[in-house]
Amino acid sequence: MKKIANVFKQLRKAGKKAFIPYIMAGDPSLDDTKRFVAELEQGGADIIELGVPFSDPLADGPTIQRASERALAQGVTLRKVLALVEDIRNDSRIPLVLMTYYNPVFKYGIEAFVREAVRIGVSGVIIPDLIPDEAGDLIGYAKKYGLDTIFLLAPTSTEKRVKIVARSSTGFIYYVSITGITGAKLQLDSTMESTLSLIKKHSRKPVAIGFGISSPEKAAAVARLADGVIVGSAVVKLISEGKDIRAFARAVKEVI
Amino acid sequence: MIKKTKKVPDSRGHFGRYGGRFVPETLIPALAELEETYKKLKKDKTFQQELDLLRNNYIGRPTPLYFAKNLTERVGGAKIYLKREDLCHTGAHKINNAIGQTLLAKKMGKTRVIAETGAGQHGVATATGAALVGLECEIYMGTDDMKRQSLNVFRMRLLGAKVTEVPTGSRTLKDAINEALRDWTTNVRHTHYVLGTVFGPHPYPAMVRDFQSVIGTEARKQILRAEGKLPDCLIACVGGGSNSIGLFCAFLKDKIKMIGVEAGGLGIESGKHAARFAGGSLGVFQGCMSYLLQDGDGNVLGTHSVSAGLDYASIGPEHCYLKDLKAIEYTYATDDEALKAFDLLSRTEGITPALESAHAIAETVNVAEKMPVDAIIIVNLSGRGDKDVMEVARIKGIEL
Ligand SMILES: Cc1ncc(COP(=O)(O)O)c(C=O)c1O
Repeated sequence: MKKIANVFKQLRKAGKKAFIPYIMAGDPSLDDTKRFVAELEQGGADIIELGVPFSDPLADGPTIQRASERALAQGVTLRKVLALVEDIRNDSRIPLVLMTYYNPVFKYGIEAFVREAVRIGVSGVIIPDLIPDEAGDLIGYAKKYGLDTIFLLAPTSTEKRVKIVARSSTGFIYYVSITGITGAKLQLDSTMESTLSLIKKHSRKPVAIGFGISSPEKAAAVARLADGVIVGSAVVKLISEGKDIRAFARAVKEVI
Repeated sequence: MIKKTKKVPDSRGHFGRYGGRFVPETLIPALAELEETYKKLKKDKTFQQELDLLRNNYIGRPTPLYFAKNLTERVGGAKIYLKREDLCHTGAHKINNAIGQTLLAKKMGKTRVIAETGAGQHGVATATGAALVGLECEIYMGTDDMKRQSLNVFRMRLLGAKVTEVPTGSRTLKDAINEALRDWTTNVRHTHYVLGTVFGPHPYPAMVRDFQSVIGTEARKQILRAEGKLPDCLIACVGGGSNSIGLFCAFLKDKIKMIGVEAGGLGIESGKHAARFAGGSLGVFQGCMSYLLQDGDGNVLGTHSVSAGLDYASIGPEHCYLKDLKAIEYTYATDDEALKAFDLLSRTEGITPALESAHAIAETVNVAEKMPVDAIIIVNLSGRGDKDVMEVARIKGIEL
């Protein structure tokens, strides 16, 4: 399986940006998720984020909340998502990143989780309610076993926070485009450019921008400012409407 | 007794292994700002004077420490004193914290406050504070709680607050907190989140404890004046844990039995309860590490209690710390026991307690019975029962 850092390196050489779609594992079923991963890869996705459903998704807007509820209703758990990744690995080498709230990982056991995730071929993990300051154990095990820890920055982040998060992130840094939750409306303003230049000042690690990017046009607009674009709610919404996500991936990939 | 080896929480908000700051990065600068401002105002004479003035003339402090003679005689054991937080303006201890935080929000230049509420008491208290200091106010409340606490919903609206229904998840307090955190993440630049209990990310558990510590500080003076000695036992109900810690913290250095009473709901075996210590395990939820009612995969379980204010899946991190140190014991009272205590206090003393506080009364009866007549118990009567009258009538099958 390809390393996340290498994906960005190759894209950078080609003057391209990474397209990172997010889907909720198990929405509407784990079999469907496997098929969606294949479709997104065919559509040109460079990395795929797999959401792990959680009972209390406090960083998510209604679209992903509902997807999480649907997946939970199917009995999907972190354990089952890990098994799904193992299954996907028979067919695909695309880097997969798990996006999960902290408590399922904590309950699983941090070391056990990291070891198992690496063994089956997960490339990285994004935990929206875990800041580097509280992630000592996770970061330690991730280094030991070789898992990327992707932390987040936001428009409210101060220079002090930028330094801490940039230092602790591996693979890439996740810049949250808006002051808000997933699925909210994107605002392209000067805060984004100034925070991004602050990040670039302190780190040469790739930066991907996510939250609120709902169309290829918006993806194109933010792609100019960063190394990658993350699209979550928009993809989840297409899935819930039974629409073609491969075509959407192609449309995004073409313009970034 | 606690040997104060370390100051808790530490600089990062940890009470031993509990507490901390587990929220999205977006909120971290706001929490840092809150921590800084609070640290300054804690030492600021004008702020403290302003707060004291409001405590005395607006909240109605000090609240009485009342010797419940009839109840004591009925039970036939230790002397039972009630710390009358039910006599606070708006009817519960929640106002002690809400006034502190709304004043703080004003000082920070925020124009809007938000809050979650379960029983509606914290929502009413926050709406009151917002009206008093002049802030826009929005309260999040689960659909189920809005039904069983409809009186408080109307009160909040009277006070000029917007009450927003939360129809997701279990439709109770935890879901209201999720929604409040989502709002705060979106509006953090001009909004302060008035969290209602000793829970959530640092500095809330410590700050809310400080605002509630006035309960214990007063009670200590009052009991010394009335009895010339310290009590033998303190009892309070534990939702998030603010009224209990507020009473207990002034006595932590003394060798006094302290009992926190959680909601036993329909009994621990039924799975329908909110007894985090009896039925939970270590977890991370809504901002901090603590005991949590969760399944084997780390999803948060639904809870049940007849009292909306105790119906919550986790508990303040300092309580876990104090439990480990054996400074506080924890037990639970079931719905039925609380309902019986609700009736008992109404009839013996002419005081109708909040259903939350009725859990503490239920345990008090058990404990007092077994203690000698010269022993002293202080129970925190955290709120009055007016808000629960409709619900209790419904449970009894009486149409009002
Ligand atoms: C009257 C009353 N007592 C107790 C509680 C429980 O909260 P805490 O444990 O923070 O005191 C509530 C919460 O709504 C309440 O309204």
